[in-house]
Amino acid sequence: MLEIRKLSLSIPVSGQHVLAVSDVSLQLPAGKVLALVGESGCGKSLTAQSLLRLGEFQGVNKEAGDIVLHDKSLFDLSADELRHIRGGVISMIFQEPMTALNPVFTIGSQILEVIGLHTDLDKQAAYARALSLLADVGLQDGETLMKQYPDSLSGGMRQRILIAMAMAGEPEFIIADEPTTALDVSVQKRIIALLRSLQREKGMGMLLVTHDFGLVAEMADEVAVMYAGEIVEYASVTDIFDNPSHPYTQALMNCRPETARDTTELTVIPGNVPSPGSWAQGCRFAPRCSLARDVCKTHASLDVWTNDNHLARCVRVGEGA
Amino acid sequence: MSVLSVRNLRKVFKSGGFLLKSGGDKVAVQDFSFDLNKGETLAIVGESGSGKSTTARLAMRLLDLDKGEVVWGDTDVTALSSQALRAQRKHIQMVFQDPFASLNPKMKIVDTVGEGLRVHNPNLSKAERRAKVLETLKLCGLGEEVLDRYPHQFSGGQRQRVGIARALIVEPEVLVLDEPVSALDVSVQAQILNLLKQLQAEKGLAYLFISHDLSVVQHISNRVMVMFAGYVVEEGDIEQVFNHPKHPYTKSLLDAKPIAHPSQRKAAEDIAADEGVASEGCAFALRCPIAKDDCKSFDMQAKDGVACLYPL
Repeated sequence: MLEIRKLSLSIPVSGQHVLAVSDVSLQLPAGKVLALVGESGCGKSLTAQSLLRLGEFQGVNKEAGDIVLHDKSLFDLSADELRHIRGGVISMIFQEPMTALNPVFTIGSQILEVIGLHTDLDKQAAYARALSLLADVGLQDGETLMKQYPDSLSGGMRQRILIAMAMAGEPEFIIADEPTTALDVSVQKRIIALLRSLQREKGMGMLLVTHDFGLVAEMADEVAVMYAGEIVEYASVTDIFDNPSHPYTQALMNCRPETARDTTELTVIPGNVPSPGSWAQGCRFAPRCSLARDVCKTHASLDVWTNDNHLARCVRVGEGA
Repeated sequence: MSVLSVRNLRKVFKSGGFLLKSGGDKVAVQDFSFDLNKGETLAIVGESGSGKSTTARLAMRLLDLDKGEVVWGDTDVTALSSQALRAQRKHIQMVFQDPFASLNPKMKIVDTVGEGLRVHNPNLSKAERRAKVLETLKLCGLGEEVLDRYPHQFSGGQRQRVGIARALIVEPEVLVLDEPVSALDVSVQAQILNLLKQLQAEKGLAYLFISHDLSVVQHISNRVMVMFAGYVVEEGDIEQVFNHPKHPYTKSLLDAKPIAHPSQRKAAEDIAADEGVASEGCAFALRCPIAKDDCKSFDMQAKDGVACLYPL
């Protein structure tokens, strides 16, 4: 189990640290896919990157809370232990397959480097391992591929290679940050199927960061919806689709063109995501919420459990609305 | 009434030359024609490399064509010099995909949006130009306060509104939109799609709309052309094509559409990498589930809007 407990993170903005993620709690059990959903600028990627303590390189500070991997805090680890965790226990797949590979090294040398970091295999065994990793991600002609450079490959192929590299250390958890956004629809479908089959086969826990409800519908077991640095709804995937309780979740689902068939006008969420530091007093979504009342502007909403497994941070939910 | 007409378009990209040895030429767009009528939205869908954006750039005359004709309104612009083209450009304008990269970071919004007026309406005074810019920005849902700001002060959705205003200021009849909403969040995407529909209703604009998002295309378009490897493999009325696809490629694209609800998940799916493009015969044959032997010699000529020997 990988767990985020009441985590608050701040980011540097013109010389000052401003709160960007506040009081976020998430549980990522083995073998499950948790989707973290929301618009750009809500703190999704920041939260996801904190699981590998990557934000620290960009000046992100932990203000409060903890991240716990198998009962041990990630913040108590030594640099060596942390290096082993990155890729060995928790792996990451990034959004941009075009920029995540080094253009001046062959695919082979980049995969072998990762294998070398996480295993003690000799040269020959490492090569065989690389071929089997490539086969696992649906790339049959591994030998030729290993000699090629990233620029001769399509986006879908590169994403497969990045997935193969993420699998090299046999991680227990995988963080996929918008893994299909940069790809064509037909390629997307295959990559989704691939990720799902690898995740099931190896029993990995997956944190899927996305703004795409189609991807959520395909992959997630549980969904956490994030807005302005906090989790506003947290439930099983069927509950989120059949019974979205927070007005933000409802609004996000309604502005998709596929839900608006035959109408000329799509539902919109007025305005923009507030940047860290300019969150509203009271409920942070209130300024854009069509259901907001006076109390929403003055009082922050508290988490309400609508049933055992469904959390929503909205006053209306507490009243049974 | 046709406001944009393209005949027998063909474009080949040559590879190599100068320092590199000459490689195989790539046919980007293969001999096709279409008409875009006033007030209509024609979508081009297909995967990366299918020739969607090349078609748009050829129709805009931003690329030189190897063969064919491009007509804007009643002016044949195929052979016009770049200077003569410039005067015609107020007929057709373009909105780009990336609202972050397509605005000059050093120019104020008023200058970026007003730039087209300097070319097409050089007699306007500074104050008149500013007034016209403001009028156009308002049309796109932006207010007076944005005039003297710079692009970095805006969100993606606002920048795309600026991009649309910049295209509209010369009062074109045709907008070519190359993936105009794919860099935006769903919530903002909906705002921009609504704006485009509203502008079209008010001004009778024609849109050539390029996108890989089939839900967006279905929402906004009247007609669609499906491209694969430089060929138009199917074209027709949007509901007809999307509800009853005749080309196996169209069907595979539609099958790849994201599902709307977790209950629609399928148990097992193909995870193998796609086969590429066939160099002879039907380009889709390597990936086609129903390909037969004679597909290998099929010249991909469309019949009744479908380029397939065995339409579904």
